[in-house]
Amino acid sequence: MSAPALAFADVAVRFGDRAVLRGVSLELAAGEVLGLAGPNGAGKTTLFRAATRVLRPERGEVRIAGAPVASLARRELARRVAVVPQDVTVPFPFRAGEVVLMGRAPHRAGFGFETAADVERARVCLALVGIESLADRPMLELSGGERQLVLMARALAQDPEVLLLDEPTAHLDLRHRAVVLERVVEFARAGGAALVVSHDLTLAARSCGRLALLADGEVAACGPPAEVLRPELLARVFGVEAEVLDAPDGAPLVIPRRATHFPDGHRPTADT
Amino acid sequence: MKVLTARAAALRLALLAAVLLGALALGLAAGPSSLAPGDALRALFAGDAGVAADIALRVRLPRVLLAAEVGAALAVAGALFQALLRNPLADPYVLGVSGGAAVGGILALSLGSAFGWGAAAVTPAAFAGALVTTAALYAVAAVRGRVSATHLLLTGVVFNAFASAGIVFVASLAGLTEGTSLFLWLIGSLSAVRADAAPIVGAFLALGLGCALPLLRDLDLLSLGEESAAQLGVDVVKLQRVLLLSTSLMVGAAVSVAGLIGFVGLIVPHLLRLRLGPDHRLLVPAAALGGAGFLVLCDTAARTLFGGRELPVGAITALAGGPLFLYLLRRQHLRSGAP
Repeated sequence: MSAPALAFADVAVRFGDRAVLRGVSLELAAGEVLGLAGPNGAGKTTLFRAATRVLRPERGEVRIAGAPVASLARRELARRVAVVPQDVTVPFPFRAGEVVLMGRAPHRAGFGFETAADVERARVCLALVGIESLADRPMLELSGGERQLVLMARALAQDPEVLLLDEPTAHLDLRHRAVVLERVVEFARAGGAALVVSHDLTLAARSCGRLALLADGEVAACGPPAEVLRPELLARVFGVEAEVLDAPDGAPLVIPRRATHFPDGHRPTADT
Repeated sequence: MKVLTARAAALRLALLAAVLLGALALGLAAGPSSLAPGDALRALFAGDAGVAADIALRVRLPRVLLAAEVGAALAVAGALFQALLRNPLADPYVLGVSGGAAVGGILALSLGSAFGWGAAAVTPAAFAGALVTTAALYAVAAVRGRVSATHLLLTGVVFNAFASAGIVFVASLAGLTEGTSLFLWLIGSLSAVRADAAPIVGAFLALGLGCALPLLRDLDLLSLGEESAAQLGVDVVKLQRVLLLSTSLMVGAAVSVAGLIGFVGLIVPHLLRLRLGPDHRLLVPAAALGGAGFLVLCDTAARTLFGGRELPVGAITALAGGPLFLYLLRRQHLRSGAP
């Protein structure tokens, strides 16, 4: 049995005197898509930062195929783990194609210009998310949804083993939601592991083999979507009265009805 | 898909180098005893010694070279600060390096006459002021080794305001007996420069460029934000430290000999970014060539436009640069279709 593609082992993170993560343990096998949901401020983005060494946990560690991220060189980590952030602001007029090409940077040394193969890979990744026509448009002129697709293409161009997606479909229209989730599923089928943060539980249930609910810095539940998406659990984690229906194909449909209370221990804060 | 290739970058840099060469020739040729730009170049490269050529080499060459170096240093520093701070409106003086240098220089100017140091003390004192300010700035702005661009920028603004107050304070106490040199220094001038300054500024320029060149791709990645850059394999803390230090050395050297020449570090990178795109692998070397050419031309104008009366070059860069910058800003605004 080989080591999981991505493993969080008892990861705890504290900002000042606020505990953001209180010992999170999660494992993703190669070939798996794990959905991650939870109230705003539950620590989802912080989990990504720990996995990419943007911050160092006060306890526990994150491992990529068995190797602790703290032991990997930054550039190597960037070749193995790619992030699709919610959005970026680009103060300079870089074109979408140039931003996708930046995904190849971890594969090139320092100053080096990208090779023709890199440019071809960037072009393919733009096409994979259906935005070839945006290649020469400045990022500053793109809409939020278009920028999100560019960031998805950039992450694919990194050719990572692990893909971390932070609400990758938040700004997208229906068609592009489907496109992005199809790419994520394909990525996993080709042997990658993907962790997808999503507030759209219905959509997550369709594309993720397992779902994890994060509440107040802890894993509240983790398992197949049908097991996790139960009304009493949703009420406890999200403080919402929700109805869970079965779609004709058996996948769960989550319909929020009414906010009830703030979930236990959760103070509403910005999702950072 | 349009991408920058090494070949395209080299071609554009060669073109800018040709422009710089033309500016140098013009700078050598223009003056009270003028000679043709072609003869000036011949004197420079072939050592052809006529009387006019001799003047060009002995009198004008050190000054033209220094103008080129100071222009290059300021434009490169501007491009690097804009990238580091992720703000296209940053300039080499935004972080208070200039203020620190000014306080150092003015302390030397006002105390110099009292202690008999003379003007020779101004340059090292200004340079020391620039370095002390950078170190203090980093110490104040860094939290556990990390510096956020916003935090750095705000700290710099406060440092500059503090330095302005310091300048006024010292100048008032000194009674402005050194008024003219103080004025020239604050507006930026190459007129009182010693012949041996060029190699020193050149060395710092080379050092700064040498540190920055291997990191230029990292600056492209940094424009997506510090976190994104880190996730693409950039050691952001190291990048900030190395570039802050090397840029401050360049600015400190330039300011200590030429005073606060404005606008070069702001408009040259800006203008080049509009023409050449934002890729720092092209932009930063282009800023070195473009900044050098721009300041050589401005200094030539400062020396020659009004016959025997020389203007401070800082006045020319501001006169030429201000309206040019506003025009560019307006054109960019119109093009982007912003409301």
